[in-house]
Amino acid sequence: MTSELEKARGSRASLIPWGRIPWWVVIISILGVFVGYSVLTSETYLTVISFVMDGVKLTLQTTVVAFALALVLGLLGGLGRVSKNPVLYAIATLYVEVIRGLPMLVIILYAGFVIGPGIRDATGGALNPPMLQRAIIGLGFGYGAYLTEVYRAGIQSIHRGQMEAARSLGMTYFQAMRYIVLPQAFRVILPPLVNDLSALLKDTSLISVIALSDLLQMGRLYVSRTFRAFEGYNTVALLYLVMTMILSSLSRVLERRMKIAE
Amino acid sequence: MLNNEPIIQIRDVHKHFGHVHAVRGVSLDVHPAEVVVIIGPSGSGKSTLLRCINRLETADSGTIVVDGFPVTDPATDINEVRAEVGMVFQLFNLFPHLTALGNVVLAQRVVRKRSREEAEAIAVEQLTKVGIPEKAHAYPGQLSGGQQQRVAIARALAMQPKIMMFDEPTSALDPEMIKEVLDVMLELASEGMTMVVVSHEMGFVKAAADRIVFMDEGEVIETTTPEGLFTAPKHERTRLFLSKILH
Repeated sequence: MTSELEKARGSRASLIPWGRIPWWVVIISILGVFVGYSVLTSETYLTVISFVMDGVKLTLQTTVVAFALALVLGLLGGLGRVSKNPVLYAIATLYVEVIRGLPMLVIILYAGFVIGPGIRDATGGALNPPMLQRAIIGLGFGYGAYLTEVYRAGIQSIHRGQMEAARSLGMTYFQAMRYIVLPQAFRVILPPLVNDLSALLKDTSLISVIALSDLLQMGRLYVSRTFRAFEGYNTVALLYLVMTMILSSLSRVLERRMKIAE
Repeated sequence: MLNNEPIIQIRDVHKHFGHVHAVRGVSLDVHPAEVVVIIGPSGSGKSTLLRCINRLETADSGTIVVDGFPVTDPATDINEVRAEVGMVFQLFNLFPHLTALGNVVLAQRVVRKRSREEAEAIAVEQLTKVGIPEKAHAYPGQLSGGQQQRVAIARALAMQPKIMMFDEPTSALDPEMIKEVLDVMLELASEGMTMVVVSHEMGFVKAAADRIVFMDEGEVIETTTPEGLFTAPKHERTRLFLSKILH
């Protein structure tokens, strides 16, 4: 009975493992080839792409700088969230609760029209960050709050004995964090970090509301000039999709490598 | 063999965890080159007492002086004390992202400020001493439990501590690996290392212990020698406990 069942399974498995093919990848690849071909052979799409290319550059720049800021703020916030110092803990918790309670769009408008001018007035005009810097600061602080929780979870996932072993050798709290806990935590949080990077990339489209020429803003500009909404927004969507899909496949590779390393 | 001045002085130490009174007024002296083994039922406060000595737990009251440092004084730089007190844990607590060599090197570099060459030379020497120099470049995940615990001992020894503490070092090991760890501990004892050991390995007790401390419910019930323990335990509770662990 069992052997016949196995035989039946074996004969089926010996062909193609239909169940294990990632069908969505196949579909996206076929669609990708088709869309890519029709876009790259169409004069209209090529015009749109060259028109919005500067926007892609700004979107990528904003993403990279804001994410770097968020990584630093998230690390500081995460250390605060696991700190025994009640003041640091309170500051970090307040930061997370306030920022995560606000829509990203509101944060960006705040950074652009409230905090930015505030800095200018407070320094008597000596410091007057341009709109792009204000937007990056807004995004960086906004995502820093989300990354704070990612770091906190990562640090807390490392067994208490690791900190104890490091401390019992005479290391200070920060040495133990730096050499023992954080390197291990970082491996754990790498995949979620890449997911947040992808989310940040999409959220940079919000800076178009403060008139920065990112990918979305350039697409809208194209549409308002030519009334070709179909091609304009198709191009915008396609370019975002290409960028986020590169990131999500990166995240998948990282996750797989993590599993092997365990 | 015993010097007059104790290297660890514990006086009337208490420790609570919430409503649990884990350590109840324990006093104990450990002299240089002495091997003291603490035994007792689980939950008797032996591990907590050990962890108070290097302030992994803070004693609620009482005083602990280690090598002249008042550990229970919050002003004492505990890291200075810890560098002199090696600790070996039940669950090894090796750093999984570092090789065996990396585990033994790190604190030497960061705490003792030794050069890479010097730290690596000492690390190889200590790994050889615990019998696994060939595993220097293996990661903890690639080592057996016994090998991991020996790396943990080498990691503590590389700091050249004056005292070594062992918190149930063989309890998490498969039976066939216990001996390789105990052999390393016996060798250390024979070299005159000051050791405070929480363990129920009666083979080690017979072979190496200078003094046995029997704890129950947070108190020291009796302090005796190995012969005294096996031939004439003074207290009923000690007898009861021994009858349980000696089968």
